[in-house]
Amino acid sequence: MSASAEESCMHLDREQLRLMLRQMYEIRAFEEAAGKLYKRGMLKGGVHACIGQEAIPVGVSLHLRLDDYITSTHRGHGHHIAKGADVKRLMAELMGKETGYCKGRGGSMHVAAFDVGSLGAFPIVAAGVPSALGAALSFQMRGTDQVVVAYFGDGALGQGTIYEAFNLAVVWKLPVVFVCENNRLAVSTSSLQTVALQDVSGFAASLGFVGVRVNGQDAIEVSSAAEGAVQRARSGDGPTLIYADTFRFEGHYFGEPEVYRKREDVVRLRQEQDPIAIFSSRLRREGLLDDAGELEMQEAARVAIESALEFAQQSPDPKPQDYGEYVYAE
Amino acid sequence: MSTLSERGPDRKLSYMLAIREALQQEMRRDRMVVLLGEDVARHGGGFGVSAELWEEFGDRQVRNTPISENTVAGLALGASMTGVRPVVEFMFMDFSALAMDQICNEAAKVHYMYGGQANAPLVFRCPQGGRSQKSAGAQHSQSLEAWYVHIPGLKVVYPATPYDAKGLLIAAIRDPNPVVFIEHKALYGVEGPVPEDEYTVPLGKAEIKREGKHVTVVAAGHDVQLALAAADQLAGEQIELEVIDPRTLRPLDEECLFASVRKTHRAVLVQEACRTGGTAAEWGMRILETCFDWLDAPIERVCGADVPTPYADSLASKVWPQPADVVAAVRKVLYG
Repeated sequence: MSASAEESCMHLDREQLRLMLRQMYEIRAFEEAAGKLYKRGMLKGGVHACIGQEAIPVGVSLHLRLDDYITSTHRGHGHHIAKGADVKRLMAELMGKETGYCKGRGGSMHVAAFDVGSLGAFPIVAAGVPSALGAALSFQMRGTDQVVVAYFGDGALGQGTIYEAFNLAVVWKLPVVFVCENNRLAVSTSSLQTVALQDVSGFAASLGFVGVRVNGQDAIEVSSAAEGAVQRARSGDGPTLIYADTFRFEGHYFGEPEVYRKREDVVRLRQEQDPIAIFSSRLRREGLLDDAGELEMQEAARVAIESALEFAQQSPDPKPQDYGEYVYAE
Repeated sequence: MSTLSERGPDRKLSYMLAIREALQQEMRRDRMVVLLGEDVARHGGGFGVSAELWEEFGDRQVRNTPISENTVAGLALGASMTGVRPVVEFMFMDFSALAMDQICNEAAKVHYMYGGQANAPLVFRCPQGGRSQKSAGAQHSQSLEAWYVHIPGLKVVYPATPYDAKGLLIAAIRDPNPVVFIEHKALYGVEGPVPEDEYTVPLGKAEIKREGKHVTVVAAGHDVQLALAAADQLAGEQIELEVIDPRTLRPLDEECLFASVRKTHRAVLVQEACRTGGTAAEWGMRILETCFDWLDAPIERVCGADVPTPYADSLASKVWPQPADVVAAVRKVLYG
């Protein structure tokens, strides 16, 4: 634990810390429920779980307002839930229901939640990052102090548009927080084979902005970095790159065979690197959480996701004859 | 040379100045309209369309961008979804290929795949074709409208006259959808009547550029010039061409085409772009699907050759359709 994270933890009040844990439980429960639906053949089209990576969106969103924006990725359920998305409408969207955020036209990979500031999941790798710049330009032109977070994974570091976006955000001093979730895997390919970037702060400094590398399994450390980054963006000091090292515990998508790693390695990861366990034991050490409190939180998450499932399952499919709606805005 | 300061009922502007005036009037009306592109500020853009706009509107509304077409297109999308009305200039339409992910996979689809949560009111200005029938070579002279006509969610606009250029651009900027606005480089210097006041030409509405009863000629953009030249020549032989300009290539005002074909019973379709997979093929098939019983002759296409655009003008003149090719096609549908 770095000194700054230690200090920042003291800055976070009990309610904030409990909110973070509750959100992590909710994201975990959401993803596990989605996994079960997938196994029962009730989801399709590629569903990418963020189990193992929950600390990142939770630590980031803690410092965002409702009127701040995010752009998300194919692994985006956690980003949306942490930003405040309604899990009922999110689950309904995964199931392709008319009551979903996108009325069943998007699905897991193309979900957006404009009511809470999600400009969309952008499953084409790195494609959402330019849209984040556009939102930032909009804030500048309207003279607001809103900020936008662009999430992407280490796989996106192979896309040219990422470097174009870093360049443009610095040149125009845009209020963007770039958050790279480095889970070290692009589908099956290790980032050791594909990503040259090592020295995050040196890289960012060479372009004239701030880059910080954090332990993405530690919600406090993520939160501490995000607090500074959001503050910089809000006060007009331009972009920040938060590079969060993390692990995904599931395959690339539900049902993916994971031929690139051993089962026992994943078991060990789940034991040693679980962001929820790390965070909850931290709270317990500081006397902010006990067994009853944690059970209550787990139960609340379970109930919320249960009712989301019920809502989604009982919701109607879009009417077949409506396939032509929403091609053009009126 | 016309200027924006000319007044009166006989006021004429070039196609280029008509586009500039549309930008200027929209940027004055709405301070959230912003022009983005390479060299659009002091330099006035690749062909001078935006000259003098930066002097009036400054960096807020006229912004030079890095040479990052895909990122700038995506930035425009994000801005459009959050209250800005961006107009992106690609220096050459050929370079829009670098931005096709953002145009076709993202901008075209957000309204649909987000179930109506988002609108993307943005315009991509795309100068295409050969300038004054002079080729700038294979990567700077293509006509690429068909790429975008294929994508649901996009509107594709291709004005043929200064009047249409101004009215269609204002309509495109005000439209809540992404619009690919194509400008033909050979038209930039062409003059025509342009009212000084703001006006719109509705998207999705074709216009009969010349009435006639013997053969329907469908042509857009610079190809309208070829069709009109052929019509002038054939008028001396008492052959009347009806020249239909779709103006918007997607969504297509097919009723206008059909009505004309039902009248003339013959159709010639003109397209500078290379033949295969072009918009003329789409027009022809729609006419066949709906007006087959009205046709007295097979439909003829006059298209660019299926080759990359050559540099030497001696070669390019054979690759691009000429008025004589339109005349020959008309004779073929009339006399077999």
